[in-house]
Amino acid sequence: MKCRVCGQKAVINMRQHNLSLCKDHYIEWIPEQTERFIEKYEMFTREEKVLVAVSSGKDSLSLWDILQRLGVQADGLYICLGIDDIRPQTDVGLRYSYESQCLTEKFAAERDLKLHIVDVQKEYGANIPEFALKSQRGRGKPCSVCGLVKRHVMNRVARDFGYDVLATGHNLDDETAVLFGNTLTWAGEYLLRQGPVLPGIPGLARKGKPLCRIYEREMLAYALLCGIEYICDECPFSVGSTSIFYKQLLNRLESEHPGAKQFFYLSFLEARKSGLFTGREEIQVELHLCPNCGQPTSAPGLCSFCRMVSQ
Amino acid sequence: MVKLILRQQEYEVRPGMTLLDALKKNNILPESVICTRDGELIVEDEILKDGNVIKLIAAISGG
Repeated sequence: MKCRVCGQKAVINMRQHNLSLCKDHYIEWIPEQTERFIEKYEMFTREEKVLVAVSSGKDSLSLWDILQRLGVQADGLYICLGIDDIRPQTDVGLRYSYESQCLTEKFAAERDLKLHIVDVQKEYGANIPEFALKSQRGRGKPCSVCGLVKRHVMNRVARDFGYDVLATGHNLDDETAVLFGNTLTWAGEYLLRQGPVLPGIPGLARKGKPLCRIYEREMLAYALLCGIEYICDECPFSVGSTSIFYKQLLNRLESEHPGAKQFFYLSFLEARKSGLFTGREEIQVELHLCPNCGQPTSAPGLCSFCRMVSQ
Repeated sequence: MVKLILRQQEYEVRPGMTLLDALKKNNILPESVICTRDGELIVEDEILKDGNVIKLIAAISGG
């Protein structure tokens, strides 16, 4: 198989795009695509300050790399979740957060990039597994608590340091897995909020997902071809998660119908734009400001994050 | 023989078949992996040769 651009040996074939590319043209193509989606969905401009949430996974580190190539002013944020030494009997999860932080710091140092680090244990008195144990929300699995903490910290850092937008490394497979789950339950409120960009409101930073149209497999290839050192281990808590199961299901669909995931996501965006999920009246959620942290919350009083920390 | 390695799992196929056929024979979705040989990415029409060791890297991640 040959590169469609230059005829050299291809390193990747993307059936959904009917496109195969060599290494050099692939490393050019991914940033071009990313830039196209940043502009199409009006995520941010070159003049704006971007904060990239970096986990040390292939997607977020690649996103940071791509934004640098595109000349975007992007600093990083690493949140140390304290997911370490949790299953010593199986060696799974050993030093997950520690290794993630080392890889992120190395990435930033090698490229002379600014990196904010927030250690959840030091700042809020407990790490994710501990918060999960003492919180109703974390019963069974800490993923819900983890999401709550990350959203709070990302928003806080973006606000405190004056960033215009928060960028995350969600790829197309992440987005379609969430969409699939929300569609199975017809979670109207969540369907309304899902999209490439979430506009900012007072107290909440604008959020953008520049990789939302790029397949997870394409991001993996990009990270490998660029020699990006990312954490290969899964978060130990994600093993057996519903989102991974949905991704596997969608990959079976994609295998039979190349482009199915992209079509699912784009059709959803079109349907939402045409008002399919709003019904006769726009759903309006009244927001209040948390008296402790100042971030918006759907009910009066402390927000979910501050309630959990104060427990 | 040709060896395919995905995480801790190893599969063996006969040389001479394409990578795509080798994946299908072992019920591995091509959409779910990136395939490498000696650290280089290879695509589905690659003819596998005797002694090849193909490392498959799973695309799906969580966390």
